[in-house]
Amino acid sequence: MTTLMRLHHVNYQVGDKLILNDINLTVPAQAQLTVTGPSGGGKSTLLRVMAGMISKTSGDLQFEGQPIESYEPTAYRRQVSYCFQQPTLFGQTVADNLAFPYQIRKLPMDQRHVEAALEYVGLSANLLTEAIDDLSGGERQRVALIRNILFLPKILLLDEVTAGLDADNKAIIHRWLTHLNRDRQVTTIMITHDAEEIQAAQQLVRVTDGQLEVPA
Amino acid sequence: MNLAVNNTSLFLAAFLVLVALAISLWQQLGLDRDIVIGVVRAVIQLFVVGYVLKYIFRVNHFWLTLAMIMFIVFNAAWNAKKRGAGIDHALPISFVAIFVSTGVTLSVLVLSGAIKFIPSQMIPISGMIASNAMVAIGLAYRSLKTQFHDQRQGVLERLALGAGLMDASIAIVREAIRTGMAPTIDSAKTVGLVSLPGMMSGLIFAGVDPVRAIKYQIMVTFMLMSATSLGAIIACYLAYRNFYNAQKQLK
Repeated sequence: MTTLMRLHHVNYQVGDKLILNDINLTVPAQAQLTVTGPSGGGKSTLLRVMAGMISKTSGDLQFEGQPIESYEPTAYRRQVSYCFQQPTLFGQTVADNLAFPYQIRKLPMDQRHVEAALEYVGLSANLLTEAIDDLSGGERQRVALIRNILFLPKILLLDEVTAGLDADNKAIIHRWLTHLNRDRQVTTIMITHDAEEIQAAQQLVRVTDGQLEVPA
Repeated sequence: MNLAVNNTSLFLAAFLVLVALAISLWQQLGLDRDIVIGVVRAVIQLFVVGYVLKYIFRVNHFWLTLAMIMFIVFNAAWNAKKRGAGIDHALPISFVAIFVSTGVTLSVLVLSGAIKFIPSQMIPISGMIASNAMVAIGLAYRSLKTQFHDQRQGVLERLALGAGLMDASIAIVREAIRTGMAPTIDSAKTVGLVSLPGMMSGLIFAGVDPVRAIKYQIMVTFMLMSATSLGAIIACYLAYRNFYNAQKQLK
């Protein structure tokens, strides 16, 4: 199986504090990786480094065989897309949010594609005109996630995106992520504390005190 | 000329400073030192400026007038920079913004025949334009800093979705420009109703017919619109990139 991303002796340091300590990880194409570990252990930092949102202090990070530094940052983030735990929605309506990925690519919004994406996560097309303040927590998270996949990335980095959601919302998101992974060849790397999600993990790693370990 | 300020009346008017001093001492505001320094500085600065302007007006030399305008623009940029503390290159950015906004506005005024290229007209008008652009830019800088701080999460999410720096910042930049321009627009709406602004008051003071004086004030209103909008837009578009590093990450 081809390697999509590879981290080799990656460190991330703020002042004297080593937040990520000698991380070595190989992510094959179409993998479904689950990252767990105690709060403050460095999981989010690891995903943010992978997403190019912050830069590693030392070590080597390669995406599709090329060092991350060789990519134009904006183009890279369209390939390796990061989803936040508590996302902020933009503008006034759901449509403002789903038009954004098109806007930054200087394209008109593809109404049918957007509606299909909404439907896939159990949301009605009528929601497009809905004010973002009127959405429930689960709806907000689903709208935010759709922003990341209207143009499919190669890797989707998910930072506790199901935390705080009820069982129904979680199930919808799990089904959707499995679909993206199996049918659309999107590699997913998901941080979670959820026992069921850890149980169901295909490939599990744990980040503790900035160090990465693969549980037996 | 019906103006009657002479040295004696100025000296007597200086007792008004004592009112401020007395309030400061009585209410223990601790401002007495600042009041004295402020007043002494104002007197010295104005006397120096008075004599310098008298000289410049008398020699009426093209390059000397231009040099004085540049001096005003530089000082305005220096002051705007202070509001932009924390923004890299705030001085050159402010200088470019004030230079262009003053330059464009002055050129239109001169070419349209509203003012003549003589020091007694160019220098006071430059000062008005540059100082208003300076205030607009200072407000815009503060707005940029507050918004990049308060809306950090939203900016990060736009970047994570693959937005370029402009797309990630445009809402913030627009709001900052609006903030910079707001005082000019507000005062244009109330001009003559709430306050009689400086230009018009000065002319009326000097005995000019109010109907003639308002024409100058209308010109000032127009020129400040152009100066503040140009100043704010140039400063914001040059400054927003400084909130990011070379890897297009939010600092």
